[in-house]
Order: sequence, then structure tokens, then C-alpha cells
Amino acid sequence: MTTTTSTRSSGLGRVLIAVYGLLALAATGRSVYQIIDSFDHAPLAYSLSALAGVVYIVATVALVAPGDTWYRVAWITISFELLGVLVVGTLSYLDPILFTEKAVWSFFGRGYGYVPLVLPIVGIIWLYRHRPSVTVDAGSDAATATRSA
Amino acid sequence: MIEWFTTVTVVVAIVAGLAAVIIGLAGRPPADLTNGAIVVVEVLLVVQLVISLVSPLFGNYPTGSGLEFWVYLVTATLIPPLAILWGLLERNRWSTVVLGVASLAVAVMVYRMYQIWFVQLA
Repeated sequence: MTTTTSTRSSGLGRVLIAVYGLLALAATGRSVYQIIDSFDHAPLAYSLSALAGVVYIVATVALVAPGDTWYRVAWITISFELLGVLVVGTLSYLDPILFTEKAVWSFFGRGYGYVPLVLPIVGIIWLYRHRPSVTVDAGSDAATATRSA
Repeated sequence: MIEWFTTVTVVVAIVAGLAAVIIGLAGRPPADLTNGAIVVVEVLLVVQLVISLVSPLFGNYPTGSGLEFWVYLVTATLIPPLAILWGLLERNRWSTVVLGVASLAVAVMVYRMYQIWFVQLA
């Protein structure tokens, strides 16, 4: 942690963004295919997967884009994902027929290596530690300059 | 799709991925070794693309959905160049980790392609 940066797209954040981007791609691509191919099998699960995919895309953009507004968007989308994976994950265990394994949030993201469960938690921790208002102690001139707006 | 070639691709992608993650966490920015490894993965994917195009001419068809297979293959082929490009924009240890993550994602996708082609269950 020798350098402090004002954007969220550098350092460890790059890895986070890369993984978000991949998940956005995977969830969106797969759900679009599922909806085209076999929507009737699990309409609720596939619709939720598509919604999840879109939210992942927005979250990826929000992590890359600078500024307080995007920071807030990142919080909203990532919290929404955590809520989604927890609610749908629980529901899928209570009523396995309702959800299929192949949907993003079903069974806490088991079909995706639990990445959908772990990622929002890591994302929230990371966002918390990179709050715009508390960006840095050192090199604070840049931080205060951006805060004055 | 050729079974042994697909296995080779998955193994190479996993090895290249783990190596880049470890080297990245050790603090190294992308270098010839790590970039080269993912270039090898990309070359294997392009060969896979050609194999998959030609296979049906020889009576080798996917048992599952051809559309799903191609979505995976085309997407997977785009990932390594993007990872390398991003690593060139900001060279630090995390760019190397990104290379590794990209390579591991390719491994998962090629494994899914294998399933679609050879052992489609659903």
C-alpha cells in the first residue's frame, strides 16, 4: 500500500472489476441463451438470472467510473446482488423445483463456483475501505480537490 | 471438437492461470512469461475455433446446443486479448493477477464447451 489513488479502477480494484466483468458476461450471456432456448423450464430463475446479469454490468461500470455518484451506484448494485443471492439462494433450498441449478443465484451460486455469493461481500468490504470521503491521509491534496465539488 | 486437444487447452489454461495469479501476488507486473503464457492459451483457442468449424464436415457434431457452444467459444477467444490490453494500460502486480483470472475463466469456459460437445445432459 505505498501508493494511494483516487480512482477505484487501480490496484486490487482491477482484479475485482475483472471478476465482475467476467461474471456480468457469464450471467448475461447464459441467461439470454436460456431465455431464447428454454424459457418455459424455469421462467422465474432465468428472468432473475437476466436481471442479475444486467445488475452485474451496471456494477462493473460503476466500479470503473470515477465520482461520488458512481460510488453510490456501486453500493446499490452490489448490495442488491448480495440481497439477491441470499434471498434466491435460500428460496432455492426451500423449494428446489422453483429454481434450477443453472441460474446465477440459485443455491447461493453453486453453479458458478459460489462466486456470486463471495463477490458482493468482497465488493462491499472494498467499497467501504475506498470511501471517497476518507480516500487518503497522505496525498490528501488531490482528495480534497475532488471533494470540493 | 477433439477430446485430447480440449484437455490440453484446459490444462494449459489452468497452469497459466495459477502461475499468473501466484506471480502477480508475488508482486511482479506482467512480463514476457506471463503475457506469453496467455498468448499460448489464445493460440490454442484459435486452433479450437478452427477445429470446431471443420469438425462437422467430418461428421463430428456437438451433442448439445451448437449456439450455446459458439457463444462460449467466441467469448472465450475475446478474453485473453482484453486481459493483455488492460495489463498494458496499467502495469502492476494486479494486472498479472487479472491475466491469471482471465486464463482460469477460459479454462472453465472450455470445460463447459467440452460438456456441451461431448456429454450434454440437459
